[in-house]
Amino acid sequence: MAETAEANVNEIAAAAHGEHAAAGAEKYASGSEYIGHHLNFLTYGKRADGQLGLAHTVEEANAMGFWSIHVDTMGISALLGLIFLGVFLLVSRKATSGVPGGLQNAVEFVVEMVQNSIKNTFHGKCDFLGPVALTVFCWILLMNLMDLVPVDMIPGAVQIAAGNPHLFFKAVPTTDVNITIGFSLSVFILILYYSIKNKGIGGFVGELTLQPFGKWAIPLNIVMELPAFLAKPVSLALRLFGNLFAGEVIFLVIGLMGYWQLPLALPWAIFHILVIPLQAYLFMMLTIVYINQAHQHH
Amino acid sequence: METIFAYTLLAAALIFGICGAGTAIAFGILGGKLIESSARQPELAPRLQTQFFLIAGFVDVISIIGVGMAMFFIFVQPFHV
Repeated sequence: MAETAEANVNEIAAAAHGEHAAAGAEKYASGSEYIGHHLNFLTYGKRADGQLGLAHTVEEANAMGFWSIHVDTMGISALLGLIFLGVFLLVSRKATSGVPGGLQNAVEFVVEMVQNSIKNTFHGKCDFLGPVALTVFCWILLMNLMDLVPVDMIPGAVQIAAGNPHLFFKAVPTTDVNITIGFSLSVFILILYYSIKNKGIGGFVGELTLQPFGKWAIPLNIVMELPAFLAKPVSLALRLFGNLFAGEVIFLVIGLMGYWQLPLALPWAIFHILVIPLQAYLFMMLTIVYINQAHQHH
Repeated sequence: METIFAYTLLAAALIFGICGAGTAIAFGILGGKLIESSARQPELAPRLQTQFFLIAGFVDVISIIGVGMAMFFIFVQPFHV
């Protein structure tokens, strides 16, 4: 009974997509299954039989619960982080004061852009902010850029390499909400640290409780200030995740259309070239703005 | 099951529509104000553009989260009987 209902839903979903399952997608029963398959992670954790290993189905991955790890997200983000560090290290080792080469030019452009953003918005003294902003920008930019790789290319290569055509693999780390929340929680910890360091615990608590209505309306002040404070990391994480997730799903829908995907994927990719650096830039700017707020005395 | 899926699609359509309308109005106002103020003070245009992109990020956050959730509802189908 359950299976037939599932099959019906897939038929409806397939009908909603028009004709489906062409070119790269023929091994999936329907368009909905193709997209659902591409939205699952390669999860490693403790299986039901007590062994550590990879989950083979969605139910198995869900049953692993909290103590499991998304191997694809972690692997690709770590790889991109190493690429970022390696390129910047290489350039800084070989930097010349003469006419810079192409790579040095690009790195200098990025560093100067981050430096100018900090100079324009940050009015405190903090040696740690420059490296944080640079890392946030470059790392998120690289992770977002994985979105421009055709949707089946990296998962397909991994499936062939692993010899398992039904392996889950998700190539864009920022479409995993765990990564974006990890980023925003790190920024949140920095905000807490610098708030307490610069204002003292009293000043920080006072900022949350004594504004905007003075000390006779402390409960009202808490109700007004605390959600705004806690909304910072949530909106930071969900903005990045939402943009990239929506973009990825639209790439997947385009990927369902057989040969029609060629004229459709190109304009969407070109539009996405705007979104990708914009989101990385926004994340960096908001990090700077929030840490600047943590430095300001009232 | 079909009923749940149909209602999910309906909800997703509502989310898309209302999100689109909200952001369209917001971006209309925002872009209009940007052009207006750039025309008044052209020397401030580069700074205003930076601010514009920053605020554009604030403007589209709720709607893009909504669109992401709608896509999640359609394709992952988290609702079962």
